[in-house]
Amino acid sequence: MSAAPTSEGAVAVERGAVAGAPAKRLPRRLLWIGLVVVVLALVPLLAGNFTVSLLNDIGIGALVALGLVLLTGIGGATSFGQAAFVGIAAYATAWLSTTQGLSPWIGLAFALGLTGLSALGIGLLTLRLGGHFLPLSTIAWGLSIAMLFGNVDALGRHTGLSNIPALTIGTFSLADPRAIYYLIWVLVGLAILFSHNLLQSRPGRAIRSLRGGAILLASVGADAYRVRLTLFVTAALFAGLAGWLYAHMNRFVSPSPFDVRASIEYLLMAVAGGLGHLTGALVGSALVLILKNGLQDVLPLLTQRAGQLEAVAFATLFILLLHFARGGLMGFVRRWTHRRARTQAPRQPMAAVAPLPHRTLPERGSLVLSVTGAVKRFGGLVAVNDVSFEVKAGEIMGLIGPNGAGKSTMFNLLTCTLPMTAGQVRFLGHDIGGMPQRKVARLGLARTFQHVKLRPHMTLLDNVALGAHARTTAGVLKAGLRLDRAEERQILQEAQRQLDRIGLGDRAHELAGSLPLGTQRILEIARALAADPVLLVLDEPAAGLRRKEKMALGDLLRKLREEGVTILIVEHDMDFVMKLVDRLVVMNFGSKLVEGVPSAVRADARVQAAYLGSVV
Amino acid sequence: MTPDVALILGIDGLANGAVYLLAGLGLVLIFSVTRVVFVPFGDVAAFAALTLAAFETGRVPPTIGLVLVLTALALATEIGSLVRRGETARIPRALLGWGVLPLVPCLLAWLASRPGVPAPVHIATAVLLVVPIAPLLSRVVFQPIADASVLVLLIVSLALHFLLSGLGLLFFGPEGSRTQPLASGSLPLGDGFTVSGQVILMVASAIVLSGLFFLVFERTIAGKALRATAVNRVGARLVGIRPARTALLAYGCASLLAGLIGVLIAPVTTMYYDSGFIIGLKAFVAAIIGGLVSYPMTAIGALAVGVVESFASFWSGALKDVIVFSLLIPVLMLRSFLSVHAEEEEEEVDQ
Repeated sequence: MSAAPTSEGAVAVERGAVAGAPAKRLPRRLLWIGLVVVVLALVPLLAGNFTVSLLNDIGIGALVALGLVLLTGIGGATSFGQAAFVGIAAYATAWLSTTQGLSPWIGLAFALGLTGLSALGIGLLTLRLGGHFLPLSTIAWGLSIAMLFGNVDALGRHTGLSNIPALTIGTFSLADPRAIYYLIWVLVGLAILFSHNLLQSRPGRAIRSLRGGAILLASVGADAYRVRLTLFVTAALFAGLAGWLYAHMNRFVSPSPFDVRASIEYLLMAVAGGLGHLTGALVGSALVLILKNGLQDVLPLLTQRAGQLEAVAFATLFILLLHFARGGLMGFVRRWTHRRARTQAPRQPMAAVAPLPHRTLPERGSLVLSVTGAVKRFGGLVAVNDVSFEVKAGEIMGLIGPNGAGKSTMFNLLTCTLPMTAGQVRFLGHDIGGMPQRKVARLGLARTFQHVKLRPHMTLLDNVALGAHARTTAGVLKAGLRLDRAEERQILQEAQRQLDRIGLGDRAHELAGSLPLGTQRILEIARALAADPVLLVLDEPAAGLRRKEKMALGDLLRKLREEGVTILIVEHDMDFVMKLVDRLVVMNFGSKLVEGVPSAVRADARVQAAYLGSVV
Repeated sequence: MTPDVALILGIDGLANGAVYLLAGLGLVLIFSVTRVVFVPFGDVAAFAALTLAAFETGRVPPTIGLVLVLTALALATEIGSLVRRGETARIPRALLGWGVLPLVPCLLAWLASRPGVPAPVHIATAVLLVVPIAPLLSRVVFQPIADASVLVLLIVSLALHFLLSGLGLLFFGPEGSRTQPLASGSLPLGDGFTVSGQVILMVASAIVLSGLFFLVFERTIAGKALRATAVNRVGARLVGIRPARTALLAYGCASLLAGLIGVLIAPVTTMYYDSGFIIGLKAFVAAIIGGLVSYPMTAIGALAVGVVESFASFWSGALKDVIVFSLLIPVLMLRSFLSVHAEEEEEEVDQ
């Protein structure tokens, strides 16, 4: 049993090396992990029964809190019903192993299956509704499930189920708290490792981008709803694992540890530890449970109503935390360590791997995109009125017009961000009108945003790697178990290639939020390029760039054109556009004014009138 | 089930629905103005009920102590923030507004607790006494983090409920109480049916109050300011509406509604210190039916919740709450099919 912590340490070494983490910080981090593992392994030999039991509770709490860190801290959704998932698993295995007399290990499969299915059902219903509907409905079902436990005869009503068998491995019984201790902590270690791997992977990047909004994810071909659903089920499964351990450790289940109050306590753990960090779950669980024990010791000395004061104290503490320290304890630790050691990591050369497969680009001059009679009405306002144009493979097409001409609306129509009122858009022969943006992105249409949508707390490399989402396939399970490494290396190599291309290659491990706005726009182009697009649609890429940067951008776009990428560009900077594009469409008041080569457009009296005002 | 039973259950459901209607209005009001999902709403209602019960048994209501504690906290928060901003000149005004004003209902309540005071005065005082609770809580807990995300506000709000129910237990104790009916007599409805006066009173109050609500929102400047803040906070600020002040107004109105709910429901249900939570949550189900923004849909939702609850309690008393909450499932399904996604930046909790 003591072999498990060492193997965990070994994986951590490999993890650091592959993720290309800063070389200087690696040994210290490893040292800490090793220290924690050794201390945890030794505790049962040295400490008393009370400490071991407390640590068992902390481990179980940490599993649930870990799910909440993933769901709330990283994914931006929350659940006030996490304790209900713990309860479903605990009751499932309790029922199966007492009334049905089956092995607890079958109970594990049953418990996880049932928890996963419940989470899937609940998630399917609530996750499509953004914002506050999810947390509010979690309160309701969190209550309902706890009430259900208390009212079903087969589950022992309010008295619960007792005489749950202890776990056994072969003939070795884990009834002793010291024995189950190792199982709990090995599982906690594995869960943290799984989550860590998950976050440094293709699905992990999508999860970390959830808070950037559904449109960002759709633009790289990912489905925010599915990503969120997967995350929700994963978090519930962690809670389910905790519930299974809980049932066989205490060997008794009753409804009250699974009600909304308990869910809030789990959330408190995650917030107290630090929602942004996986270790926050562990730290938070320890903090809350140790504090709770302390209060239970101290309060009875002060007052006779200790139980009531405990609830008041916890609620007060929680509110104070959210007022003054939303980053939790790990937030402080992180800030402190960053201040001391935030040196720029030297870039580690990555071993070359086979590049990701490329799309075959359409033949130069063939039709890529055709817009026929596009109309968009917002109520009575006609933003785009019967616009038609075509974009051919290998050309740079400009879309210009004065303010309010309907360029951005047109842009949103052809990327399928907005539904069209009438008309048709065909991309590579597919009618994409009414198609979700995600599918259009997967067909090979990549875009950038006028209001930059990058994840400021992710590195440049991760931001660009997100662009390759649709070209790759690794899922949560594969990523968590590190079976995705070959593909992951391909993705990172591709992202690095695109970063080199735009001249940010040596800043790959900086945070995207530290770049100036103009450079962030360029970074978005790299993300779009990582998707290996047929058509690149750029929304005002030159805004906020200095002259030299604009020239570099122009060169980059010309180079892309030579490689056969088709580009449609919406831009304000006339000089930049005129020098760059092959053809132009000019829009004014929602309608197409002129279409033609730059020199002809420049000479057109209607265009001059639209921009400068007419003399007539 | 016979038609007679169905009729009785229906009338019962209507009375329940009236309560959820009022609670739902309060919740939607607070949410739309401040983005706070005010979970402790039900607790305030429970406190009003327990206050009335204390009056009836001739005790000084413990609510006075609660309000005093909250007043002290709010005063400290306000003066603290004034001192931090260097606006010490405004401290006397703060003392008056945050220190003295909430004491008025306390004083009234103390006077009303003396023997020989008629019941209507008790009722009015019980309602008045809980009115400061929500505004004081908002000053202490929500105003300092008014710009936080909905998610953070919701977590705080839920924690606040547990804080309040803990305080409720400390101040009121674990005993439940039920008060004298507000309206005696009953209305015969032909065929041997009677509708009790209390039920009529509950339904009538809901109708009158929601009518008033509508008038205030449509016809007064204060109501328009509330609506403006709900629609666009920044815009409201630009035309000179102070969000903090409208928020207080919203909390005050909601607190008043909660107080009325408390005294209306106290004669028909035994109220405990924590009975409010379930009432509040059922009102949430109603508010979610209204998408947390629509008052008319919330009203319809509230009636639906009330009727479902009363029929559910006929089939299974123990599971009636589970049945009411599972009403959310079809509602959420419908909403998720109808919902049009407005793109917004997702919530950041830890920053």
